[in-house]
Amino acid sequence: MLTDATADKIRCDACPVMCYIKPGAAGACDRYANHNGELVRVDPHIVLERTVSHGGRLVPFQATGDWDGELVREPSVFVTAIGAGTTYPDYKPAPFIVSSEIDGVDMVTVVTEGIFSYCGVKVKIDTDRYLGPETATVRAQGEAVGHVTTSEYGSQMLSLGGVHHLTGGSKKEGRVTCDALMDLSNCKPVELTIDGGATVVVQAGYPPIVNGVAEERMRVGCGSATIGMFAKQWHGKVDEVVVVDDHITGVLSEHQAGKLLDIPDTGIKMKGRRSTPGRYFQVAEPGTGWGGTMISDPLSVLGPFDPRTARSGMTMLMVSTTGEHSAYYELDETLRPIEKPMPADLRQSVERIQENCEPALCTVLFMGGAGGSLRAGVTDNPVRLTRSVKEALTRVTSGGAPVYVWPGGGITFMVDVTRLPAGAFGYVPTPALVAPIEFTLRLSDYAALGGHMDHVRPLASLKENTEIRQMSPRPPGPRA
Amino acid sequence: MSRAPQIRFLADGKRLHLQDGPIDLIVEACAGEASLRAAYDAAARRFVGLLDELCDELKMLRQAADPMHCLLQGTVARRMHAAVAPFAADHFITPMAAVAGSVAEEILGAMVQEARLERAYVNNGGDIALHLAEGERFTVGLIDRPDRQGLMRTTVIDADDPSQGIATSGRHGRSFSLGIADAVTVLARTASQADAAATIIANAVDLPEHPAVLRCSAHDLQPDSDLGARLVTRGVGRLSRDEVATALDAGATSARALLAAGLIDGAALRLCSEAVLVALRPVKLRESREVHQDRIESAAHV
Repeated sequence: MLTDATADKIRCDACPVMCYIKPGAAGACDRYANHNGELVRVDPHIVLERTVSHGGRLVPFQATGDWDGELVREPSVFVTAIGAGTTYPDYKPAPFIVSSEIDGVDMVTVVTEGIFSYCGVKVKIDTDRYLGPETATVRAQGEAVGHVTTSEYGSQMLSLGGVHHLTGGSKKEGRVTCDALMDLSNCKPVELTIDGGATVVVQAGYPPIVNGVAEERMRVGCGSATIGMFAKQWHGKVDEVVVVDDHITGVLSEHQAGKLLDIPDTGIKMKGRRSTPGRYFQVAEPGTGWGGTMISDPLSVLGPFDPRTARSGMTMLMVSTTGEHSAYYELDETLRPIEKPMPADLRQSVERIQENCEPALCTVLFMGGAGGSLRAGVTDNPVRLTRSVKEALTRVTSGGAPVYVWPGGGITFMVDVTRLPAGAFGYVPTPALVAPIEFTLRLSDYAALGGHMDHVRPLASLKENTEIRQMSPRPPGPRA
Repeated sequence: MSRAPQIRFLADGKRLHLQDGPIDLIVEACAGEASLRAAYDAAARRFVGLLDELCDELKMLRQAADPMHCLLQGTVARRMHAAVAPFAADHFITPMAAVAGSVAEEILGAMVQEARLERAYVNNGGDIALHLAEGERFTVGLIDRPDRQGLMRTTVIDADDPSQGIATSGRHGRSFSLGIADAVTVLARTASQADAAATIIANAVDLPEHPAVLRCSAHDLQPDSDLGARLVTRGVGRLSRDEVATALDAGATSARALLAAGLIDGAALRLCSEAVLVALRPVKLRESREVHQDRIESAAHV
């Protein structure tokens, strides 16, 4: 490799064409590229081998020379759409040319296109901490890239990207959105700020970092559910339990589970709005404190105990729905709760709550689609075609990863980005994301229509330098 | 220079793979064992050094072709020039526009000269040179997009057919395109002619000055591109149906002119899931929902 002193381009000496290659670009052959001033080889098509057992056996693809050239040999082996230079900013999909020797068809030329203007990511953040109000704008580098959408059980949800932010706003908004989507899709960390809410660092497969604090666990359930799950374990060990939760705070003595165990009233007085016995909404404003509320002192959700029922020396456990916060109290002569060291058996129940909380992760689903342009064509026999399309849809994959194809028109699919090989997503300056999408061409309806294409074989540059990658059977992560 | 051309059979043991720098060929022939062997040997012999020959004249090959005079020396270089010369008076075109098809033709020529072959093809990244002996035929399939099984066209080429070359050009290819076509596939007498014509027609599928089309100077992308400062297509945003139709019409007009001039035998133009055929004889034509039947028919019978 020769370097050009006057510019950041390099001159490739891999062949006599001697291309000058700019950073981030590839030479005429698409086999060599300039990666940060370094000449790198980028041409291997990536072939994913998904072993049936999750044990992860790597099958030599060509070293033994026994590859028969089939693209679709078994359902678990196929060529992905991830081609040369996918990681480069100016990735341009080369025509994907396949050749076959199937009866009746000698050659097939295919033009791939996986450029998605209509695309985005759905981010699930396992936390009960308050990230921001529903529909609040989510920003990256100050630009609007999406919004907070309806939360799911134990998780906050963000909807990012989409054609509105990619191409509907300012040029900078589009570029920042595209960058954020690509980074999230390539499993890189992205800092997001929510209007009127928190700053959260999101990275697929890793715990969210909310306002600088890494989340550890999802809640075991809402406060009421937690009472139901642990009432028996608390019975006889403590007079009262309050499970503090942003959604429903539970009170053992009033809760149906407590009643069934004949737990006597304690004269406790909760703030907030009573839903049904022992279940309280809105005991405090949402926040990043106890149980997803803003409180740091749990006693602030309590009013004074009723002196007709309460008695001095009564015991009370207060705990959050993740077990992350907990405190033990005894009522003094004036019926004021005084914090005391927690007895071992109660400490154990708190640890049990923690144990039952799953690790909190960020998960990122890439979602893209193209309405009419991705639909199959029509034939003389639309019913047969419709069937074949449906069959084909079951074989849609993205970078080898299984996808969920949304029912209805077009092909709108979702894929867990942690299941794609590294750097599988690219972009074009439109701006739009380039996502790998494969459609196996073993198409039964071709046979019916004379095509007879039950296999498709790769033609060019597939045999050499083919890289085998293991499909991850489940998302990788720090705990995997 | 640590370079050796790759010459090997694909694992099926039937197709020969030749690769050197940007040249990537798949070769297959049908014949008796001895003839086959002789043909493949000839292909391999001709392949060695071919890239060096071209690179010796690379500077001139990257300059706009003179419609009348050819100062190039090499056989392949001269074939490249001959293929683009008919367009050179009216268009900017360099011999590089026909490099893939010309190389395919050269290798096929070496094989056919050496042995009697029933049929053979040399496929250079989608630019294909065909040889058919009496009574033989090829079925050629064109899939516009792999995600759409509905849109496959096949056409049969037989020994009596004048078309012995097929080439595809468009903005997704390895070469830059001045137009916005996703793919233009051309049938012509020879692979080099098909290659040059596909480039011209793909360039003609265009919406000049359209804001949704992102363009960039070729030399900003590849400093030594033969297209120099010309704007090449980098991205195409959303286009309306009318805009797609307008762009395809411009390409179809170009294709019909080339057809009338005897430079091509047929073409299939694709843009944003719409297609137009010009003088192709589809054996199995399945058009997508978005393609208007009348338009295909009217185009198909030009």
